[in-house]
Order: sequence, then structure tokens, then C-alpha cells
Amino acid sequence: MLPFTLEKVTSVQAAIAAASSGRRFIAGGTTLIDLMREEVDQPAHLVDINALPLSEIRIEGSDLVIGALARMTDIAAHAGVQRLHPLVAESLVEGASPQLRNMASIGGNLLQRVRCPYFRMHDAPCNKRSPNSGCAAIDGLNAGHAILGTSNHCAATHPSDVAVALVALDATMQVRGPRGERTFPVEELFRLPGDTPHLEHTLLPGELILAVRIPGGPDSRRARYLKVRDRASYEFALVSAAAALDVEDGVIRQARLAVGGVGTRPWRLRTVEKALIGKPLDRKIFETAARLALEGARPLSGNHYKLELLPRTIVRALEMAGEAA
Amino acid sequence: MTTNVIGTPLPRVDGRAKVTGAARYAADFNQGGQAYAVIVGATVGLGRVTGIETAPVEKMPGVVAVITHRNGPRLPYAPHKSYIDPATGERLHVLQDDQVHFYGQPVAIVVADTLDQAERAAAALHISYTAERPLVDLADPKARPVVPAAGKQPDARLPADTARGNADSALADAPVKVDEIYEIARENHNPMEPHATVAAWNGNRLTLWSKSQFVVNEQAEIAAVFGLPPENIQVICPFIGGAFGTSLRTWPHVTLAAVAARQVGRPVKLVLTRKQMFFMTGHRPRTLQRMALGATADGKLTSIVHEGTGETSRYEEFMEALTSVTSFLYSTPNVQTRYRLLPLDIGTPNHMRGPGEASGVFALECAVDELSYKLGIDPIELRRRNEPAIDEGENKPFSSRSLMKCHDLAAERFGWSRRLPEPRSMRDGRLLVGMGMASASYPAFHAPADARARLLADGTAEIEVAASDMGPGTYTSMTQVAAETLGLPVERVRLSLGRSDYPPAPSHGGSWTMASVGSAIRAACMAVQEEAAKRPQGGRPIEATASAQRDPDVAARFSMHSFGAVFAEVAVDPDVGTIRLRRAVGAYGIGRVVNPRLARSQCIGGMIGGMGMALMERTVLDPRDGRPVNAHMADYLLPVNLDIPQLEAHFVEEIDPHVNALGVKGLGEIALVGMAPAIANAVFHATGKRVRSLPIRIEDVLTV
Repeated sequence: MLPFTLEKVTSVQAAIAAASSGRRFIAGGTTLIDLMREEVDQPAHLVDINALPLSEIRIEGSDLVIGALARMTDIAAHAGVQRLHPLVAESLVEGASPQLRNMASIGGNLLQRVRCPYFRMHDAPCNKRSPNSGCAAIDGLNAGHAILGTSNHCAATHPSDVAVALVALDATMQVRGPRGERTFPVEELFRLPGDTPHLEHTLLPGELILAVRIPGGPDSRRARYLKVRDRASYEFALVSAAAALDVEDGVIRQARLAVGGVGTRPWRLRTVEKALIGKPLDRKIFETAARLALEGARPLSGNHYKLELLPRTIVRALEMAGEAA
Repeated sequence: MTTNVIGTPLPRVDGRAKVTGAARYAADFNQGGQAYAVIVGATVGLGRVTGIETAPVEKMPGVVAVITHRNGPRLPYAPHKSYIDPATGERLHVLQDDQVHFYGQPVAIVVADTLDQAERAAAALHISYTAERPLVDLADPKARPVVPAAGKQPDARLPADTARGNADSALADAPVKVDEIYEIARENHNPMEPHATVAAWNGNRLTLWSKSQFVVNEQAEIAAVFGLPPENIQVICPFIGGAFGTSLRTWPHVTLAAVAARQVGRPVKLVLTRKQMFFMTGHRPRTLQRMALGATADGKLTSIVHEGTGETSRYEEFMEALTSVTSFLYSTPNVQTRYRLLPLDIGTPNHMRGPGEASGVFALECAVDELSYKLGIDPIELRRRNEPAIDEGENKPFSSRSLMKCHDLAAERFGWSRRLPEPRSMRDGRLLVGMGMASASYPAFHAPADARARLLADGTAEIEVAASDMGPGTYTSMTQVAAETLGLPVERVRLSLGRSDYPPAPSHGGSWTMASVGSAIRAACMAVQEEAAKRPQGGRPIEATASAQRDPDVAARFSMHSFGAVFAEVAVDPDVGTIRLRRAVGAYGIGRVVNPRLARSQCIGGMIGGMGMALMERTVLDPRDGRPVNAHMADYLLPVNLDIPQLEAHFVEEIDPHVNALGVKGLGEIALVGMAPAIANAVFHATGKRVRSLPIRIEDVLTV
């Protein structure tokens, strides 16, 4: 690990000031410390933001507002979250391990780095780690990689589970920076790799995530998360799906669907959603709609199975949401 | 006085020391003034080191030395091999030349005042190479198999070829056949404790606090490497945090720690990283096996052809018992086994729990399962019809064999009678349920061992032997043997292990520690009692050292193996392909059970290992440069608590008067054997899809 300085801040203003001068935030540290130990990430100055008053989890009307520093464990265990947004709780519990969830913040979770093995190896080329060095995964071992939103420069999946749920639920994020506060959809936090895979998110220099707001809806209390993986815990998704269905008299009025493990960012599937609206809860309908998820999919040498697993995961998640509805 | 403590479920005598942190493992033996060493591994898979820029790194804070093949000592590397080392080839000579044989091979060692400084410097060290593309894929058509040289010897323990009858023609004539290829991925041991060595020189004498399952061999190996008499080397390792075979051999990091300590004139501590343990300390070799069975329509085996190939390095021929069980598990007049090796640009593999048997039995027991479906005969019944009266490979009786008793017991506890024979016919809600079973076997080995017993005036006893306890409970079970033999309560017996100056013991592996070391301790205890009977104690300790080994005449007369039966139930999600083990039951015939609590624990651990082999574990190498891409506990999947269901282990009553005076066959390895085929067979029963390549993953069952 490279030597670094660590300062603690106690106000949002001080945090933003520190970040504006090029310092990096550290919250739970569950991704950053790991990467620093491998020297994949080499921040010289860290700003510990854990003392900021951003850990609150509260219900506002039917909205759920989660402070950026709220820990995964605390959010998942929150009675209001479980009641109003079981999808959020479910996706959080499916992520990481208890030890990691005790430390990891929701803000840090959204900003976590990719799990591509080559990203974490200094002696392999990686456009994300060092721009224009090449991508070892495209022609290498890529069974875990994305089939949607990839470029010739990067095909790493976004690893977060809860981000998939937040994108499905049209969550927004509130951030503050040197030029003030702004709010935008969580979905817009994530960039596609294109030819700049080292640029992962749309936060401006010095911006700090304050909170994530999840609007309540008729479908959110019965929304479900399905994570498919070879081991029952502590493994990133091969494919995951967050599904919310608003059903009246057996007919789907509204559908929201996002998937993980297949996209270079949490992947909302609006064409699949559209194909479901006005249709009955029927497996055949789900199967037809789920095939639309593969539009534009580009498999690599090792991840063709995701072409099969993705629609199956969607169908099953829709069934789960439909059963709940 | 007898205490009858053998056979009781005594809790671990070292349990308190372990959970309170009082037990000291290799890396806990910090020495005053020690420096820290970090190994730098090659970043190419095959080639030569052409440049090492040591100067800038030597100027970094705290750096004491940067040792490479250019400035390091030429080491004598006197010839030395124990039975744990490959019989053919020569061990890696570390930092002796510019050649890179495999990705991650040590090419430099950085020593600094603190671990941080050493890690920093190691990361900053720039090394240039000429690189060629290595050959690391066992299935690559360019790879050329060889007949293992040691297997060609007339008295080979692991013969390359064995034959009885004419298996090929009997197979051709058989009315019913199974002829398939089975593959098992490369696996790494991944014990909790990393390899670690603290090295300290005093003149020409060297002390190594070093993780080892075989301290006397580590002593001999390091003595040979440095050209010193073995008595100049002391190896100390009282506790091991799991090993599964990875610490049987003495790997280059032990040499490097000693080299570094001598070079800097201070004690040096060296702990491998988790990543380094994926290429520096051996692995279960990837294997490809053809298993062909011929049978009559009523299920009598007429032929078995077993051709197995395992990967090895270019510089050593690592052999394991891949085809051994095939010659005696079933009765059949015609058996042909052929064992080949495929030299690749990788580090030498080594023994991993159930070495050889676990892999070979996977192929055999899956093939027998396939045959049962072809014949429409229940898999247990098929095995019963081919149960041999004697070891037909050796043509001699078994000292004991309780295989069918194991099957009957495990089947009853498992509820095999509730199984519907048709594949894909059992469901639980949406889930496909499958039940599978397999036989297991492992040799009842026995090696010569010594032990010392000492009676003290206060009525307590001390036992010393250079054996190890990597976790099975050797401290406890050996204390039971000593206490019973001496007629003392267990709390008056103190057992000490893991010092190379204690009476020598064989390697702590191969499930032979209880048979070998237990017999030696029993002999030493009897000897010290005889001594005590001869003279009054008079306040002075009475001591006796004794040896024990298997009677060669008995060994020649009998075939000695443990047997077991494993039953598994899986559930497969027909939509998304998730495979979950729901429960498993094992029954084992292992002779006398010294401690049923520890024995059960051993079996549960082995079953979990077999579950990993069946469903999760594989080290994936990038074919371009041979690097393991998942050298990380997040990416190399092992079962976690949520994966592990109800596991049951039972022992059949088995009295074997031939194996040794204690009547023990040993336990540990066999618990992993049989689990993988039982699970694979259950996956077939659940899905109707036969997967012959381990681990079986979601993508393998998606296209049912």
C-alpha cells in the first residue's frame, strides 16, 4: 500500500472543500482499502467522512430517504424499508457478506469499482485502470463479464446489487458540490464505458452524495429481487433481476425491471417493461417479453450462457413479483 | 489400571488454546530485530528475466536487501527427496538462474524493516522479461502426455499401467457399455492459515518456525538445499491452521526466508499472500479421465478400462493415486488402467485431500451410476452385484471391508427407499430434486514412526513426537492413546508435537497419522511402563523412546483399505439452474474410531471439501500467460455457511485385527472421496443431464 494522509471531517462543507482540492472520500472502505492494498487505487490523501450526519434512514410520505452513509446492514434491517421497499432490503442482503455489509455505506456501494480480475492485476492491461493500455478481458477469461453496454475497451459489469434495485425503482440521488446541490436519477450516475472506461460515474469534482430517495409506488411493496449465482452467499451475480409489477384485476398496469451481472451499468429494461403493460400475469407473456432484453447483447467468448440465463432470470423474477402482486 | 479413553468423544485438548489465541502458529513466532521479506513473482508464464532494476528499490525507505538470481547466493541444492516429493525430476532451484518456468515463480525477494516497506518495495521493483506463450491447458492438442517414469518401475507404488484379463476386448464384447470422459478442474488447498516461515540463523545453525505438515522432512530438505548437516536445522511448528496437503512439501519460500535471513544477518519473517498460494505451493492437478465399463445385461461388470491423465510441471513428475482404486473396488475379470502425465508450464502440483482417489473415484463412481441407468438397476444393487470377495487386483484378502454395510447404513439413514428411480421425476414445488450415491475408498497406510514417553515424579506423563496436527485433532486423539496405554487420566498427559528434534514421524497426511504415530506412542508408553517396572522412580523422570511399524508379513498378506458410502440430495432450479446440496449422509468403515466427536468433525469437513470439488472449486488459468485469474477468496468459490446443509457422518462397527495393534485405518482423506460423484449423480437424477466435468455450475445445467 502506498503511504497516504487521512483527515477526518465533521461537516459536509469541509468534506466538499477537501474533495474540491483533489482529496478522496473514504466511508466504509470495503472497496477502497482492498484496492489500495493491491495498489490498483493509489489515493495520496483521504478524507474520512464517517462522522458526517448522513446516516439517517427515514420515511417521507411514501418515499424512502437513505442517508449516503447508512450501512447496508442497517438499511436492510430497517422496519420501514422492509415494509415499504422489500426489494431494497432483499437486494442488500443478497450482496457481499455480513462483515462487509456492516461497514459498507449505500453511497460507497453505488460507487464501488468493478470486479473484473484484470482490473485488479497490475501486470495485465486494463483501460479502466490505466487508460489506453488495452483490455485483457475482451480476449481473455470473461465468463463474468457484461453482454450489454460493452465497448471494445471494457466489458466489466457493475457489481452492485442494490443499484439494480434502485434503478428499477426510479430512485434519485441528492448530491452537493462546490457549485451547490443537485438531484438526478440514480440511473444517470453510471456511465457506459465507451472509449473512456476509466470514467465510471457522473459526479462532478468535489461532489458528495448526501442521500438516495426512493419513491413509493403501488408496485414497490411487492417488488422482488432475484440473484442467480453458483454459491448461496458472498458471490457476485451471474445474472440478477429486480422486478416490480403493478397488477389490477390480473392485468399488468405498470412494470419496472432492471438487471445486474449483464450490463456495464445497472441495466433498466424499458422495452421489456413496455411489452408487459396491459398483459396478464402469464409465463408465456413473460418469456416473450424477456427475450427483448437481449436486444443489442454482445456476448464474449466466455459468457454466452448469459444469453440463456438472462431471460430465464427475468421470467422468474417477474413470476416472483407477480406472485407477490 | 485402564482408563478406556479410546473411543470416547473427548473435546479437543487444545481447543481452549486455539480459541483464546494462546496457540502459536508459524507467523506468531516473531523474533527480536526481525526484518520482513516479500516475494516478487514472475509476471510472465514462460521465459527469462532480462533485467531487474534493484538500485531504485534499494534506496526506498526501510529496504534492507533486494535479492535476485544475480546477487543471491548459489545454493548447493544437494540431492534430496522424500516420499512426499515427486520421484522423477528435480525441485525448483529458486533464484539460481534467469529462467521462468511458470507464472508467479519467485524471481526476487525484498527485505525491509517493516512489512509495509517490504510490500511497497516489492511492488515498485521493475523486472523485464523475454516471454513466450506457456502451455497451461491440459486439453491443448499441442500437449504431449508422458508415461510417468516412476510408474514404469516393476515395484511401483503407483504403476503407470496395470492389467488383468483383457479389458479392451472384453469391453468390445460387452452387451452394455459406458465409455465417457470425465474432467476435474485444478483446485487449490486454500487453508485458512497462509504459508509462513520465520527464519533465524545462529552461525551455521538455522531455526525455522515454519508451517509444515512434515517438520523432519523440512529439516532434511533445507539442510540439503544449504549443504548443511540436518542437525544444524531446527524446524518448529506446533500448530497448523489447516493445510489439506499444501504444507507436506517444503516449498521455495522456506528456502527464500532462510536465504534472506542469512543475507541480512537478522531473523526474517515471510508470509505468503493468499494470491501467492494459488501458484507457489502446489494444487490438485487438473485431470482428464476416460472411464469405460462393460457389463452383462444383469449388471455383472465384465470390463473396466480407466485411462487417466493429470497435469504436472515441466521439471517434476507429480503422481497421485488416480487409477489405484479401479483395480479393487469391484469384482471383474478384466481391468486395464493407464496413468499418464502431461507436463505443462505450471508449478508442480501436490497432494490435496484425498489425492488421486478423490479424482479417480469420481470418474469410476459416475460411470457406475451411468451404467445403473442403462441397466435399469438400482445403483446400490448394482454395486452389491459386483462386490468382490477379495482384492482382485492384488489377489489377496482385504484385512476388512465394510463397504456394503456402509451402503446399507447410509441408505437407511438417508431414506434412499423414497427415491423414484426415473431421472427428473422428483420435485419439491418448482425445484427438481435428485438423489445420488457413490462409494468411497482410501488406503489404510502405515509408516514407521518413533515417539518418546516420559513419566514424571508428579504422576504426569509427557509425550513427544515430531508429528503435526493440521486440524483433525491429533493432539487430542494421541493424548487418548497415551492416556489409555499408560492408564492415566487424559489431563495428566501432555503431548508435544511439531519439532524436528523430537522422535521422527512420517508426514501428517495420507490418513496414516493415527496408525503410524498412534502405534509409536502406544509402543513408547508401553516401553516406559516396562522401564518404570524395572526400577523405582526416585524422583527422576523415566523416559523411553520406541518405534512402531506395520508387520511386513501381515502387510504382504492383506489388502488394507477404508471404505465408505456417500448419499447426497440436491435441488436444481429448472429456471435459472441453481444447484443446491440439500443434505448428505456418509457412512464409513475405518476400523476403530478413537474419538467419535473428532471423527465426525473430520468427516463433515471432508464432505464439505467434496462439495466444493463438485460444485464450486476451480482455479482458472489465463492461457496467454498462465496466470490464475481467480486467485482471490471472493472469486475462487468454496462453500460458505449458507451453502452447507445438514451433513451426517456414521461409522459402521469394524474390528480389523490386521492393520495395527490399535485397529485403526485412519480417517480424513476418505471423507472427501465419494462426495463429488454422489453429488454429480444426484444432479443427473434431478435434471436428466449428465455433467462429467467438475465443478458443475449453473451454466452446465441451463440447457436441460
